[in-house]
Amino acid sequence: MTTVIAAAPPRRRAATPSQLTWRSIRMALLILFAVGVLMPIYVVLVTSFKSPADFSVVDAWNLPARLSFSGWQAAWEALAPALARSLVLGVSAAVISSILGSMNGFVFAKWRFPGANVVFTLFLFGMFIPYQAVMIPLQQLMIGLNDTVPALYGIPTLIIAHVIYGIPICTLIFRNYYATAVPDEILEAARVDGAGMWRIYSSIVLPVSAPAFVVTLIWQFTSAWNDFLFALFLTDRNSGPVTYALQELASAQNPDYSRMMAGVLIASLPTLLVYILLGRYFVSGLMSGSVK
Amino acid sequence: MRNRWQGLAMVAPSIVLVIVFVYGLIGQNVATSFERVTQKTFAGNEKVVAQGGVANYADLLADPRYQHALWNLLVLTVVFVGGTMLFGVLWALLLEKGVSGEGFFRSVYLFPMAVSFIASGTVWKWLLSPGIGDHEAIGLNRLFLMVGLPGLQSRWWTDPGPFNMAAMALPAIWQLSGYVMALFLAGFRGISDDQREAARVDGASEWRVYRHVLFPQLSPIALSALIIIGHMSMKTFDLIYSIAGQNNYVADVPATLMWVQLFQQRNAPTAAANATILLLIVAVVVVPYLVYTNRTEGAKGR
Repeated sequence: MTTVIAAAPPRRRAATPSQLTWRSIRMALLILFAVGVLMPIYVVLVTSFKSPADFSVVDAWNLPARLSFSGWQAAWEALAPALARSLVLGVSAAVISSILGSMNGFVFAKWRFPGANVVFTLFLFGMFIPYQAVMIPLQQLMIGLNDTVPALYGIPTLIIAHVIYGIPICTLIFRNYYATAVPDEILEAARVDGAGMWRIYSSIVLPVSAPAFVVTLIWQFTSAWNDFLFALFLTDRNSGPVTYALQELASAQNPDYSRMMAGVLIASLPTLLVYILLGRYFVSGLMSGSVK
Repeated sequence: MRNRWQGLAMVAPSIVLVIVFVYGLIGQNVATSFERVTQKTFAGNEKVVAQGGVANYADLLADPRYQHALWNLLVLTVVFVGGTMLFGVLWALLLEKGVSGEGFFRSVYLFPMAVSFIASGTVWKWLLSPGIGDHEAIGLNRLFLMVGLPGLQSRWWTDPGPFNMAAMALPAIWQLSGYVMALFLAGFRGISDDQREAARVDGASEWRVYRHVLFPQLSPIALSALIIIGHMSMKTFDLIYSIAGQNNYVADVPATLMWVQLFQQRNAPTAAANATILLLIVAVVVVPYLVYTNRTEGAKGR
């Protein structure tokens, strides 16, 4: 399902007094909840602009007495190399798994083979498995692979893992998209004209795939960027992505709160930007996970 | 007549990858869980780390720390699922008829989902600091002091009581309530206005319209939300790792305990058995769900 939440239909009748009361109560509640949800963001912002000397327990919630960028600078220095690695990881994992997802989705929607249903359900289950259940052998397998091809150690290994475990969700998104967006008649017509499967895929289906690609690219980029479990099992501090580096920064013995909070923002900015700029598609991706 | 087997060729690379890396590795993990492991002690004797066979599972299930982790997981899951459903449905109800600023509220409620558990865990570690009183309290406890409600201060998840994990569900609820809201909002908007109008014309009160017209149609969405949030709860690892640290008895769940068993106790068979049980719990819930969705889709003539 790649529907996006539709806007509410326009209200018709004029409001009665009791409806007006309800409306104000509703608005008050909505604002109250919004303040609650935004509260951690306030804390992060305020703390990140305090200098370690200025931070005190008593006025932890107050605005900084004077703006300090030392936390930001320290966090940037600590996270920059890992940020670059996460960028490579997120983009590569997103592109490769989207291409695979598109091919699979086309087959499961339009070029089904006998038993396709069973295979598709087996794929879907892969979306739900706790990664803990494959982690130990995966680590052993990857250590072996890295020994054979040392260049694979670190981010390339993580890319492989995210591509493989992203296959189910990407396949699902593309299958649902092709099922509704590409009419069978067009494919029939192409076949009558003598086009084969690859030709039909590359010249008819692929050119109209942009909307689904946007969704899977965003989804895969975000989940690769935010992942920590694979990073912890498959990389180390010198080769890990930004979640790994942030965790190191945050678990330091003497916490420097301004550096920690600035680090949280720096590590979250790319996915927050994706969410703010492409929120519509981000939501589509979230909804696709619900197997509708 | 087109060659139907051609499609198989196009999916073949993915099928191989899924067979090897999902089902193959699950099999490998199960095999590991039955292994026997011994270590040499200083005195030169052999110490049995894992007995091997089914005994590995029996030993794990008998381990008080594992039982504690299972209890924690149950508390976490109940509060996490209950909390996200409560806030998700409530927010969807508040928004579903359309209010001014709807897009803003939707975005605000949903944004925590874009943030990694490691990043939000770092913030919530601070917010849920256990310090109490004027000299120690930061985070939420300090906020309670400031607004004159010192009685609300809490040791949060660090309190070794039976329900300490309920506090650990707070950040999880913060992060995923918006997701449940989005699912339900899409559900409400998918029901045509005519149905509500028809019920109103028949004299149904607003409550009865929800109770008898809207809610029954939303049960598939409620089921999806339960499955998704529930299985996420089973896997919870990042959040607890970043809030409570790597090895913290009080906040143990099976997923974090597995990490301890593997890397600190050097006991791969027990860690593998732990992971297998986790997979079984998820499978018991998810497999019937997948079969059910498959059937209903088939019934729709797909």
